[in-house]
Amino acid sequence: MSLLDVEGLSVRFDTDDGPVHAVDQLSFTLADGEVLGVVGESGCGKSVSFMSLLRLLPETASVSGVARFDGVELLASSNARLRAIRGRRIAFVFQEPMTSLNPAFKVGNQIAEVLRRHLGLSRADARLRTIELLDLVRISSPERRVDEYPHQLSGGMRQRVMIAMALACDPKILIADEPTTALDVTIQAGILDLMRDIRERLGTAIVLITHNLGVVADVADRVLVMYAGRKVEEAPVHDLFARPQHPYTVGLLGAVPRPGSGRLQEIPGRVPSLAELPTACAFAPRCPRADQLSRSQVPELREIEPSHLVACFHPGPDAEAT
Amino acid sequence: MGFVDATSSMINPRARRRRLLRKRFLRRPLAIVGLVVALTFIVCAIFAPVIAPYSASATDFNALLAHSSRHHLLGTDELGRDVLSRILWGARASIEAGVFSTLLAMAVAVPIGIIAGYYRGWIDAVIARLTDVLLAFPFLIVAVGLAAILGPSLTNATIALGIGAAPALIRVARGEALALREEDYVRAAVANGASDARILVRHVLPNMLSTLIVQATVAIPAAIIGEAVLSFLGLGVQPPTPSWGVMLADAQSYLSQAPRLAVYPGVAIFICSLSFNLLGDGLRDVLDPRTTR
Repeated sequence: MSLLDVEGLSVRFDTDDGPVHAVDQLSFTLADGEVLGVVGESGCGKSVSFMSLLRLLPETASVSGVARFDGVELLASSNARLRAIRGRRIAFVFQEPMTSLNPAFKVGNQIAEVLRRHLGLSRADARLRTIELLDLVRISSPERRVDEYPHQLSGGMRQRVMIAMALACDPKILIADEPTTALDVTIQAGILDLMRDIRERLGTAIVLITHNLGVVADVADRVLVMYAGRKVEEAPVHDLFARPQHPYTVGLLGAVPRPGSGRLQEIPGRVPSLAELPTACAFAPRCPRADQLSRSQVPELREIEPSHLVACFHPGPDAEAT
Repeated sequence: MGFVDATSSMINPRARRRRLLRKRFLRRPLAIVGLVVALTFIVCAIFAPVIAPYSASATDFNALLAHSSRHHLLGTDELGRDVLSRILWGARASIEAGVFSTLLAMAVAVPIGIIAGYYRGWIDAVIARLTDVLLAFPFLIVAVGLAAILGPSLTNATIALGIGAAPALIRVARGEALALREEDYVRAAVANGASDARILVRHVLPNMLSTLIVQATVAIPAAIIGEAVLSFLGLGVQPPTPSWGVMLADAQSYLSQAPRLAVYPGVAIFICSLSFNLLGDGLRDVLDPRTTR
């Protein structure tokens, strides 16, 4: 049985300009110790999907669907119950390491706070464990760093602190929302390395949300490609890179810089407005393969090879196959 | 200095920040003057019994309405009481009212403002509108009204001034909480399972402290003037206890014969509130992260 099993997750924001369907009927599973990459452009519902699971969205969001985590239905749980899961069993790492730490407290105390709250450790024990954690995320001289303030650390180190804080209670799932986007390329590599290491040493399942397929290729076991709030393709990472099926995935791969591949391909157009539920393939306006069928009907997810799902009427790996 | 400074700051960047703040403060002469004068008044208030040459109520019938002399540096009033001593003793009432009413206002306003700003929704709407209504009344009118209801005494005057100052502070605390609730570290704390109470106390309150400190240094001089007004009107400190406001009220009848009786406490009020204002301005500049000097 999978660790996290999400079915028919939909998120709607009620704004002054009417409803916005940020996520539409998303289903996926996450196995114990698995690394799932979630890929898509900005605004396609990646972060919102996962934040909705732990009710971290503003109150204007209405969430429906079913999300079973370890025998608990998350979406129907009380706030108190969710608080006990947040940070303890499902932990988040956010995109902005520069601003995600409270500037008024030493980083060690901020990690220790989580430990003391969730695990009831004493002050002294929490401090020792904090130093261990800082060491685990490969911060040098953790005994000294534990007593420093966030402004004294670099962006990469702060992101390591955030990861240490997320790992503090040995969660079952670590959800990393664009953990490397705000960092230098060299530091990105270090953080991704750390993610791999965490999975191997602690067996934590990781959800890696990113818009960068290159990041996913390195770390993930399985990839979920989202577009306009829906899942358009899902496959094991090797299949996805070897035989991308959805033209959107093909387009994303064309936009990853690779040595010797010449000019980067962009995907024309922009992510559509999500004000209305689609009556056609949401990608059709930007798609080279779009035809009458794509413009009049919503493609359903189909399994075109074992564990490779795609929502497209004209799947295939070749970008020129029109 | 440069080299030693650079290395030690590399070893302890926290000390570096403290030193930077101190340097910024020391670069503002008016703020230093404010600090020194304000501290002088506080010291005078605390040590009035030791510093004052005479007791505040000791009368010298050989020197009624006397001019400045060796015995009475600032002269005496109509009952032969030493004016300097009374001003020193009067600082007690002023500082007490200024500090305690501000503390009271903080204690009332900060929790209300934080709750309104953090939770938003109907509770915020109610609190914000009520604050607007209270702010429509001038501070002193509210304080005078409350003091009249509570009855005349220094304690009641302090309470009245504190409550009168609260609405403005509620608004400040609410505004800060509104901004802080959107901070990434607050979101991160929620995602880490922190309870609302913990978020408010650990993440919201500490990060608004510098704003509150500046607000306090602005509220204190207002309360000092307020205390003088209330005492002048007979709603604060009661004679014969000395207070600058009481002294001003007493001086009224002798304005033509001995205008100095009104001038000295007036100058004391002026300098004391000015010093706190200068200090507040300086602190605001120093704590404002946008200042580069």
